[in-house]
Amino acid sequence: MSGAVKVAVLDYGAANMVSITKALAAVGAEVSVAENAAGLAGVDAIVVPGVGAAASAMAHLSERGLRDPLLDWGRSGRPILGICLGFQIMFESSDEGDAETLGLLPGRTVGLVDAPTLPHIGWNSVNVVRQHPLLDGVPDGAYFYFVHSFAPVPADESVVLARTTHGRPFVSAVAKGQLYGVQFHPEKSSEAGLQVLSNFIGLVGGAV
Amino acid sequence: MLARRVIPCLDVDKGRVVKGTKFLNLTDEGDPAELAERYAHEGADEIVFLDITAAHERRGTMLEVVRRTASRAFVPLTVGGGVRSVDEMRDVLRAGADKVSFNTAAVAAPELLTACAERFGSQAVVCAIDARRLPREDGAEQHWEVVTHGGRRTTDLDAIEWAMKAVSMGAGELLVTSMDRDGTRSGFDTELLAQIATRVRVPVIASGGAAGPADFITAVRDGKADAVLAASIFHRRMFSIADVKAAMAGAGLPVRIAQEPVA
Repeated sequence: MSGAVKVAVLDYGAANMVSITKALAAVGAEVSVAENAAGLAGVDAIVVPGVGAAASAMAHLSERGLRDPLLDWGRSGRPILGICLGFQIMFESSDEGDAETLGLLPGRTVGLVDAPTLPHIGWNSVNVVRQHPLLDGVPDGAYFYFVHSFAPVPADESVVLARTTHGRPFVSAVAKGQLYGVQFHPEKSSEAGLQVLSNFIGLVGGAV
Repeated sequence: MLARRVIPCLDVDKGRVVKGTKFLNLTDEGDPAELAERYAHEGADEIVFLDITAAHERRGTMLEVVRRTASRAFVPLTVGGGVRSVDEMRDVLRAGADKVSFNTAAVAAPELLTACAERFGSQAVVCAIDARRLPREDGAEQHWEVVTHGGRRTTDLDAIEWAMKAVSMGAGELLVTSMDRDGTRSGFDTELLAQIATRVRVPVIASGGAAGPADFITAVRDGKADAVLAASIFHRRMFSIADVKAAMAGAGLPVRIAQEPVA
């Protein structure tokens, strides 16, 4: 490949764009912010960040004309990294506001069960259940930063890369083809987070 | 297992880190973004900025501090001081902060917590509670009152009741500071912390009184705190964040030990 990997970070509302764009740049990506479908032209990968609620996120994606291009992108096997809410909306639906979400992966997002504290805020260990290049250089049990009250339950166990326990274990990282999702915030997870972003950029670079 | 967090707090005045005694005799301690980055590399789990700039001079300066910090320190950032509306909170989050802490503004108008939680999620809304012990009569239970305006004004609010109310109004986290212990280096008020932490389901950050690593351990063990905040012991390099975490790990508490930088 020639030059840096080009990544568009979707801006569909109140998400903190500073940290994710700067973190991707710190690991060598050429980063742009896409507020609409035109912003996806010429990029190699899409990062879907997110804080907020599933239903309003889906509404904002639709309003900005990003929902269908994102679906097409994922269905055609091009690289996407979903983070936190951006990870949850890859699945079919969410208990949060009973929202219908993108459906790129089979499964439903549900509230954390038996959590001693909610929201689940803070650094928690990510236990690798399947080795994958997305988690290269990340020691099993490494701490990542989480801020959420919901997590997806994939219908297909084979996509699961890692689990984290807060109350009961939940899925904290998945991969299926070029579709990647993490429940934690790599852009807020210091060196471990930068490692995952660097791995993602490496995977995209190898695929384009 | 959720790690117990160690959080350095930076007082920021007109875009510079300052330290002083009871808001007096402020000395310039450097650039907030640089100091935050250093703490992040040393293993800080989060950085708290407390804006102590006078209101009329404030606008814009803190946003620039947050923006510069979020561009180079990839850990969670919390900003407290001076945010009084949903729109002001939006600006702080868009600059790169993850949470906003409300203190006096929440006491004056608790519905602000609700409005901000509905808009940004309760995970982004921290209620800071400054509490002071009330004289205890023989045989009676200990009570604490809420103080505002940096401890200069008293309220008739019971700190524990206010903590529960703040959570019910939308706060996703409580930053509990003991005014009795603040700056005294006599240890955290673990009784106050435990009274609150055992009554709410949201994380509690202990603040006020850290003298050394042993206090971080008792804040978690006895105070039931999820996170521990300190300022002067870190700024004055009496202890590093690594020192504190090593002591906590040695006591069997789950802490995140910083990883080597990405090559």
